[in-house]
Amino acid sequence: MEILDAVLPPLAATLRLATPLLLAALAGMVSERAGIIDVGLEGKMLVGAFAAAAVASATGHAVPGLLAGVMAACLLGLVHAYACVTLRGSQVVSGMAINIIASGLTATLALSWFRLGGQTPPLPPDARFLPLVLPGTEALADIPVLGRVYGTLIGGQTALVYLALALVPLSAYVLGRTRFGLRLRACGEHPAAVDTAGISVARLRYAAVLIASVLCGVAGASIATAQGAGFQRDMTAGRGYIALAAMILGGWRPWPILLACLAFGVLDAVAIRLQGVELPGVGQFPVQAVQALPYLLTVILLAGFVGRTVPPRASGLPYIKER
Amino acid sequence: MSAAPATLPRWVDLALLPLLNLALALAITALLMLATGNDPIVALTALAVGSLGSADAIGYTLYYATNMAFTGLAVAVAFQGGLFNIGAEGQATMAGLGVALVALNLEALPAALLVPMAMLGGAGLGAGCAAIPGWLQARRGSHIVITTIMFNFLAASLLVYLVVNVLIAPGSMSPETRRFAAAADLPLLSSLGLPSSAPVNLALLLALLAAAAVWLLVWRTPWGYGLRVMGQSTEVARYAGIDQERTTILVMALSGALASGVAVNELLGAQHRLLLGFTGGYGFTGIAVALMGHNHPAGVLLAALLFGALTQGGAELAFEVPDVPSEIVVLIQGLVILFAGALGNMLRPALLRVMGRAGR
Repeated sequence: MEILDAVLPPLAATLRLATPLLLAALAGMVSERAGIIDVGLEGKMLVGAFAAAAVASATGHAVPGLLAGVMAACLLGLVHAYACVTLRGSQVVSGMAINIIASGLTATLALSWFRLGGQTPPLPPDARFLPLVLPGTEALADIPVLGRVYGTLIGGQTALVYLALALVPLSAYVLGRTRFGLRLRACGEHPAAVDTAGISVARLRYAAVLIASVLCGVAGASIATAQGAGFQRDMTAGRGYIALAAMILGGWRPWPILLACLAFGVLDAVAIRLQGVELPGVGQFPVQAVQALPYLLTVILLAGFVGRTVPPRASGLPYIKER
Repeated sequence: MSAAPATLPRWVDLALLPLLNLALALAITALLMLATGNDPIVALTALAVGSLGSADAIGYTLYYATNMAFTGLAVAVAFQGGLFNIGAEGQATMAGLGVALVALNLEALPAALLVPMAMLGGAGLGAGCAAIPGWLQARRGSHIVITTIMFNFLAASLLVYLVVNVLIAPGSMSPETRRFAAAADLPLLSSLGLPSSAPVNLALLLALLAAAAVWLLVWRTPWGYGLRVMGQSTEVARYAGIDQERTTILVMALSGALASGVAVNELLGAQHRLLLGFTGGYGFTGIAVALMGHNHPAGVLLAALLFGALTQGGAELAFEVPDVPSEIVVLIQGLVILFAGALGNMLRPALLRVMGRAGR
């Protein structure tokens, strides 16, 4: 039983911490598989987190907050799509601009609307996504191992965790097995072929950027209204870039991305757990080393020292229709 | 970035478009203030008076502009070679480490040796932190945008670890080192007669020198010519026999060394100790500065002055109008990057039409 006590809470925390990463990494995947680089994951999540917390605090309910977060992220996504697809501007510059705008905009709005030094008011339980108690938890509670696992790891998570996990097979199916998914991927590999087939590259790329924005909005809402209880300045804290790293480590494919996000979630949970712990011989545990690991792994992988990553061939290139 | 088919007159490209982009960014900010129930006229006046209204204000404006000139030059010089360096923030962070290690360990040296050595230490680590992504792009084919982003986080983690666990002043509560020796202080411009209490220091002159040096190197040497050819077209550069791998690594090292100016201005000029977060987002502001300054040293200096004024004005604005935080300047910077960089083709067709009509 002690083993369960030691293992279950960090595993449950891993799932919780991996959720926004997974949502954002899948967002980046959809966008880049269609040929639009998305460095703006961080900014879209931040705006989503702020809108979700603001509306949840105003209405007292979590779901309107989630919808507001999604809409806010989509507005930024539209700007990105307009800059990258319609005006054929630099995708990386646009993504960076979105990150910086999001940071300034949310801090400004938070202060002038709520006057709490850049935060939203703390959310009451009703305005947050709370851990769900799955049916049958009571009945299974007395069974030794299964009862605990079912109650605190499989159950006891918020609805957004299940949503994020369900999106992995769903996105794998849509990208790999549907006509829309095939066309989307073709946009990222060889847009001229899509155009020749009489399908609008621009429309597909807009769709991809918007799908990515929806996912980022949900990711933001999960940070502010499920993990946390309100918005704080720059609360996404680089998760958008970690998601980018997870997407690259996962090779732009849903299942490996899930693995990468879970691995980063474990690192995060371990880092939180080991904060301030004295290790024999080492002294205080260097939490920063664990936090830096995702970035280091990405650099090593990208450098081709371990395996090889191949991004979608046309990602980052604006498509110019032949005349 | 594909150029528009027809060309605009030079003054439109160099002066009118950047000003229009800035005006658009300010207009959106003003609309936002209206929406949040603040008076945009009051706010913009506070911004202007706060940045240029007194000798002290001008001093602070110049002090912030120094940081932005360095990071703007760093981003611009890499841009000239077609490389997008998002890592100036991390490079400045590492440079701070280099500056501090020299300043703390060689403090017995006289000022005439200690200051240049500390600068070299900073420039070395900054250049190294940029040259590795350059090497990775040139030799291993990893995308420089992603690696420089990752290096920002790696540098930040390393600095936090070292300052909190190793370099922290004994007995200190806040995460910072002990004060550097007085010999490592850069002279303030006020000690040279500038009537201002701001910490604007000799690093400002270094930034001007750096801008001149970048102009000479990029526009007046064969190496700089090769760099610009590479930035225009890698195909042409290949035909011309330019060693692109070498150029990539070298220009990134130069970019990182330029970013180290932030550490010189902040640590040797003002703070006199190594502390967390001294880079203050200047690496990202540098992107806005470079884009607005058309990646040319003269333009970068002007844009740095503008953004320095916005930063100083924003701080005063937050003081004067309590409901508007100084972060509003971050928003303006982001909007300028958006308009000048990503939406750069938005105004061009309209301007071409207007110009065409005027010309006929």
